Amino acid sequence: MYAFTFHRPQTVRQAAGLLAKNGDAKLLAGGQTLLPTMKLRLAGPPQVIDMTLIEGLSGIEMSGRSLTIGAMTTHNDVNTSPVVQQAIPSLAKLAGMIGDPAVRHRGTIGGSIANNDPNADYPAACLGLGATIITNKRRIKADDFFTGMFSTALEPAEIITKVSFPIPKKAAYQKFRNQASRFALVGVFVSKRGSEIRVAVTGAGANGVFRVASFEEALKKRFAPKSLEGMSIPADGMNSDIHGSAEYRAHLVGVLARRAVAEAIGKSA
Amino acid sequence: MAAQKGAQTATVSMTVNGKPVTGDIDPRTLLVQFLRENLRLTGTHVGCDTSQCGACVVHVNGKAIKSCTVLALQLEGADVLTIEGLAPPNGPLHPMQEAFRENHGLQCGFCTPGMIMTAVDMVRRKGHDLDDRTIREELEGNICRCTGYHNIVKAIAAGARAMRGSATTSKAAE
Ligand SMILES: Cc1cc2nc3c(=O)[nH]c(=O)nc-3n(C[C@H](O)[C@H](O)[C@H](O)COP(=O)(O)OP(=O)(O)OC[C@H]3O[C@@H](n4cnc5c(N)ncnc54)[C@H](O)[C@@H]3O)c2cc1C
Ligand code: FES
Ligand code: FES
Repeated sequence: MYAFTFHRPQTVRQAAGLLAKNGDAKLLAGGQTLLPTMKLRLAGPPQVIDMTLIEGLSGIEMSGRSLTIGAMTTHNDVNTSPVVQQAIPSLAKLAGMIGDPAVRHRGTIGGSIANNDPNADYPAACLGLGATIITNKRRIKADDFFTGMFSTALEPAEIITKVSFPIPKKAAYQKFRNQASRFALVGVFVSKRGSEIRVAVTGAGANGVFRVASFEEALKKRFAPKSLEGMSIPADGMNSDIHGSAEYRAHLVGVLARRAVAEAIGKSA
Repeated sequence: MAAQKGAQTATVSMTVNGKPVTGDIDPRTLLVQFLRENLRLTGTHVGCDTSQCGACVVHVNGKAIKSCTVLALQLEGADVLTIEGLAPPNGPLHPMQEAFRENHGLQCGFCTPGMIMTAVDMVRRKGHDLDDRTIREELEGNICRCTGYHNIVKAIAAGARAMRGSATTSKAAE
């Protein structure tokens, strides 16, 4: 790890001030991505801004017809929250599929979304549920937030404070794990809310998380696995590596989307 | 990761195994380094240093975490429990430690402190009746090179049962 100066601001405003003053500074949330990256010297921020002491960034609440989760809320807290389990059970379940219990005790939703790892789980939930990412500056729709592998619409000195999820009528997430890392080789999140249907895919795309318009159209006619029978997506633009070819990933998108829809309507595929 | 020339230091205070401790450290110091190098509590091991193996698991404010993946400075004021604090120094072993001994839940023993801290946390969250499937899923973040896991799973199931009703010292540090 390269040397750094450690800051512990107590408010979002102070943290934003530190970020604005120090262009290469990094926020430290749960540290489950940033610290391993710093140890490998893939990141070497001269300033580290620890978010632990900032009040009001963690917590889960229902506000009107949406569920709001503070950026510093851990994966474990989302997984075990009765409020989340009741409002969006698929989201609680997804949080419980991230990493292992010790990682879930520290890793946060804000950190996962800001990082936008192409194989991470939360980006699929945000895009698949039509979430809104709330920062110290503005509200950003998930459709505009994830701009490519490890990149987001966040500007310098912009800090995620909350994520707001509209409550779907039906939703489910299916994750096909990479056998070694247990990250998603492919993960598909589907949801239905009124006439709005969303199918979001993580792990597969060379540009990170994306929606599948053709599947969404087909599911509009009838929200059932049968509507997707025989459908797949082109292998073009899919990731290809030792863990799976582009064709294999494209195939998995179809399989997992059917399974997710089946789970969402309470049937086994 | 020794302190580099010119690197600044900072002071951190926390409670470890019930005792207040404090240290002047390089900001890069991980909790596991603080425990092993500053406090000489070498029961917590470093297996991978890449957040995968779980040899470094300790409890912070009552929850299992990987001590190689948190900076000591992040834990100002925290309550930390390590394998050394699980049972009184000259007293009987903690029921989970005893169960590992009884069930031959270790061979070289390198992974054992992390396994036991993870197991005690598992009981806190999942209760005393743990089936094989639950235990194996919960051990996702703990790697053992020796045992093939079979006896670890047996030991955890037995330890979880034995912890029922026994006032465990881990409570003291929560
Ligand atoms: C062994 C292991 C297994 C894992 N498995 C999975 C898995 O299966 N699926 C999965 O999705 N993830 C997995 N992860 C990653 C884990 O979910 C991380 O917790 C998460 O990606 C990052 O969250 P964090 O709070 O730890 O963020 P940090 O590591 O602290 O930060 C990550 C990045 O986000 C920035 N950041 C953090 N918070 C904010 C904020 N509020 N606003 C703006 N920027 C911010 C930081 O500056 C940094 O660049 C795994 C990690 C480990 C170590
Ligand atoms: S040493 Fe911490 S997880 Fe391996
Ligand atoms: S007993 Fe040797 S690593 Fe587990």
